[in-house]
Amino acid sequence: MMDKFMLSRRQLLKSSVAGAALGLGASALPFGQAFAQTPITVGFIYVGPKDDYGYNQAHAEGAAVIKKLPGVTVVEEENVPETVDVQKTMESMINLDGASLLFPTSFGYFDPHMLAVAAKYPKVQFRHCGGLWNKDKNPMNTGSYFGYIGMGQYLNGVAAGHATKSKKLGFVAAKPIPQVLLNINSFLLGAQSVDPSITVQVIFTGEWSLAVKEAEATNALVDQGADVITCHVDSPKVVVQTAAGRGAFVCGYHANQSALAPDKYLTGAEWNWGKVYTDFVNDTIADKPLGNFVRGGLPDGFVKMSPLGPGVPEAGKKQFEATLAQINKGGFAIIKGPMKDNTGKVVVPDGKTFPEDAIDLESMNYLLAGVVGSTS
Amino acid sequence: MSDSIGLWGVPLAILGGAIRVSTPFIFVSLGETITERSGRINLGLEGTLVFGAMTGYATAVVTGSPWLGILAAACAGILFGLFHGWICKFPKVNDIAIGIALMQFGMGLAFFFGKPFIQPSAPHLPAIPFGWWSSVPQVQAALSVNVLFIIGALLAVALWWAFRNTRVGLIIRVVGDSADAARAMGLNPNTVRLFATAVGGALAAIGGAYLSLYYPGSWTEGISSGQGLMAVALVIFARWNPIGCFAAALLFGGAGALGPALQSVGVTQGYYLFYAAPYVLTLLIMVATASPSRQLAGAPGELSITK
Repeated sequence: MMDKFMLSRRQLLKSSVAGAALGLGASALPFGQAFAQTPITVGFIYVGPKDDYGYNQAHAEGAAVIKKLPGVTVVEEENVPETVDVQKTMESMINLDGASLLFPTSFGYFDPHMLAVAAKYPKVQFRHCGGLWNKDKNPMNTGSYFGYIGMGQYLNGVAAGHATKSKKLGFVAAKPIPQVLLNINSFLLGAQSVDPSITVQVIFTGEWSLAVKEAEATNALVDQGADVITCHVDSPKVVVQTAAGRGAFVCGYHANQSALAPDKYLTGAEWNWGKVYTDFVNDTIADKPLGNFVRGGLPDGFVKMSPLGPGVPEAGKKQFEATLAQINKGGFAIIKGPMKDNTGKVVVPDGKTFPEDAIDLESMNYLLAGVVGSTS
Repeated sequence: MSDSIGLWGVPLAILGGAIRVSTPFIFVSLGETITERSGRINLGLEGTLVFGAMTGYATAVVTGSPWLGILAAACAGILFGLFHGWICKFPKVNDIAIGIALMQFGMGLAFFFGKPFIQPSAPHLPAIPFGWWSSVPQVQAALSVNVLFIIGALLAVALWWAFRNTRVGLIIRVVGDSADAARAMGLNPNTVRLFATAVGGALAAIGGAYLSLYYPGSWTEGISSGQGLMAVALVIFARWNPIGCFAAALLFGGAGALGPALQSVGVTQGYYLFYAAPYVLTLLIMVATASPSRQLAGAPGELSITK
């Protein structure tokens, strides 16, 4: 609560300084652009610090990849709250830095903020990370991109299934939204592909970034006998360090956290945004229309796995590699009927199969049988 | 790794949580007690806490010693406290407004200087294994008590005693209760408050260093979820009594552990409600102890909120 207040105050100062600079710099601006061959300025906006070992770091690593491309200038701003502040940031990137392609990376930036600015600047392209773009409702200079990282959590589950002795895994989750639920269910199914008796205990913390509560949740899971922990929070650093400190194995998420717990880190589901951003930038330079609904998974290089750690036994490595090879062939489906949720209701009828790109999965609202937890 | 301990996990998690989570509350609220007993309110302790967390972590990364980190954090806290105390001595300066300004200042400064220290890992403070008698690893984990917690507990008793029985305690109390009486005794209220605020800042910064150097034990910009602000409120809740502060901090820590613990034993419905437990508990106690016939008992007379 308080830090939102602080950030908006800081933002206010920043934009008033920016406003003053606009008057001075406006005359110089067009000249800079006339000389380079196909200059393009790309703006990245992060909701947290860009070296958080998590969600924002994954995007910042992607931005660092395109920074190296010739003729590309990258402008970044971190710690931008999901309020009218992000609109000011976008406007200043467009007007002051000359950005023509913007990536507001956080879920809550989309509506109304990105849509409002997109309506004002129809020549600027906006691509939002997440599943919110709808072609009937939203303008064509906006779009969304996302990766099927559920398969990564499935592979995490395979590694965890081989490493666990207690047959009980732990999952520290932020909020029960579809992407998080799919990750929990995928982690369970991966582990159950090793041993069907494995269960996953989930604890929701209620927020994307709450360091103390994430540490408490990890401790509670270990206390209840979970010996492999994974998570879906913005910055997995605290979960990884706490779990490893208690002697449990960990599977990473968002980015590679193996440096934090080299012995206990099994593997991790990582974003590979560098590939996605490179594609967008190359299309812009080649003057091709940019995709509005961009999706991809492990086979497309949108998602990658951390190298396997020393905690994964030989049999686990074999099954991990075999499963990865199968996923990379494409069309691999883990949500297959008949499946029941953990209240006994049939959620996937017999004969139905959802591969990772099935649109139904983007509205998942259940936890499968075998997950101990509740969505509300 | 042993087997599951079932429902025993809940009381154990509350006990462990009380010990793990409460330490920053203890330090910040004790510091604020000293400051408020001298007649000033320093709302900036949240900023001091975050800056202390950053300074402690950065120093521990650079020097390899978490104790030097604590020391550096305390020095930074003293500077913040002195700054607050110095500005507030000027006439017509509002200590609450200055506190809020210093809170923003401390956090902004910590984020600015803390950037390069998000990635490296710092050595942690040691813990004393009070659970050695048990063969259950969960008990051992819950009872592995950090040294700062013990220091905080001793400090609470020492302060409680000092306020009643020492000359320094009397000076702080008289300055806090009546500046006129203090002047009549030949004391300079501003000097006393300056030092009281400095000590308060030092303690708050140590509380912050606990966050980054022990639990959860890393420096990120979201390390504090308002602990510094809540601790200031705890002081009023504890009626400016150091032992009360200690008890209130334990209560807050234990109640905060309830939500994750209940989910871990399978009580999964309504976790948002369990997360509200500390605040509901606070409200209930406030209502239960409120009295229409007397005003806040124990409130220093010179505080700008009671004047």
